[in-house]
Amino acid sequence: MATTKKFMYLNRKSSYGTVYAIESLEVVLIAAAFEQDVSLAFIDDGVFQIINDQNTDGIGMKNFSKTFHALGDYDINKIYVSKESLEDRGLNEEDIMPLVYEDEDNDWEEKPSVKVLSNAELSKIMSEQDVCLSF
Amino acid sequence: MLHTVNKSSFERNSLQSCVNSIDDSSVILLIEDGVISCTNNVNSSMIASLAKEGRVYALQGDVEARGVSSKVAENIKLVDYAGFVDLVVEHGTTVSWV
Repeated sequence: MATTKKFMYLNRKSSYGTVYAIESLEVVLIAAAFEQDVSLAFIDDGVFQIINDQNTDGIGMKNFSKTFHALGDYDINKIYVSKESLEDRGLNEEDIMPLVYEDEDNDWEEKPSVKVLSNAELSKIMSEQDVCLSF
Repeated sequence: MLHTVNKSSFERNSLQSCVNSIDDSSVILLIEDGVISCTNNVNSSMIASLAKEGRVYALQGDVEARGVSSKVAENIKLVDYAGFVDLVVEHGTTVSWV
């Protein structure tokens, strides 16, 4: 059996100004297909990637924020958001998309995937990873 | 003059440099990731007085794409692409703070 490693994807940029955000999401989905232990962290302007009510009709770009809802089906349910980054930007927990997963150990009950954590809590989780990839 | 800013104030100093360099008759238009500065946030003080004078605009399509339509600060005016063109015509010279 192949080894499973803990991968954390660090997302630090907003969605549409650069290609980092969508490229990260592509790589995340690939890693999940290889059945790795994947977690996502959204810090700095990365928090804008998973904000509610994004509407890209006016800029002619694909609104890929909807794809984040599929992560639960790929067993990606560890999504961390920096509390400080939200606060600095005038955002709060209610502004984040309600991403969920179905817990196979608990009769497929729907549970939230997103946790808002302090930077100190995030750094602890980061230190437990085998690989951190930054976007 | 019209000054456009297309970078987040949390990632680059484009907005601060712009504010430091503009004269009393210039206006600022926030576009692309620049619209991240149109909400009330810890960097808002950079443009608060300019906004109060009605000299800060943000491009509506970019605001909507980033999900912050309901959080635009009170004194910042939204414009569409036609409004962008009007600003360019009205203010003559445009400076892009990239």
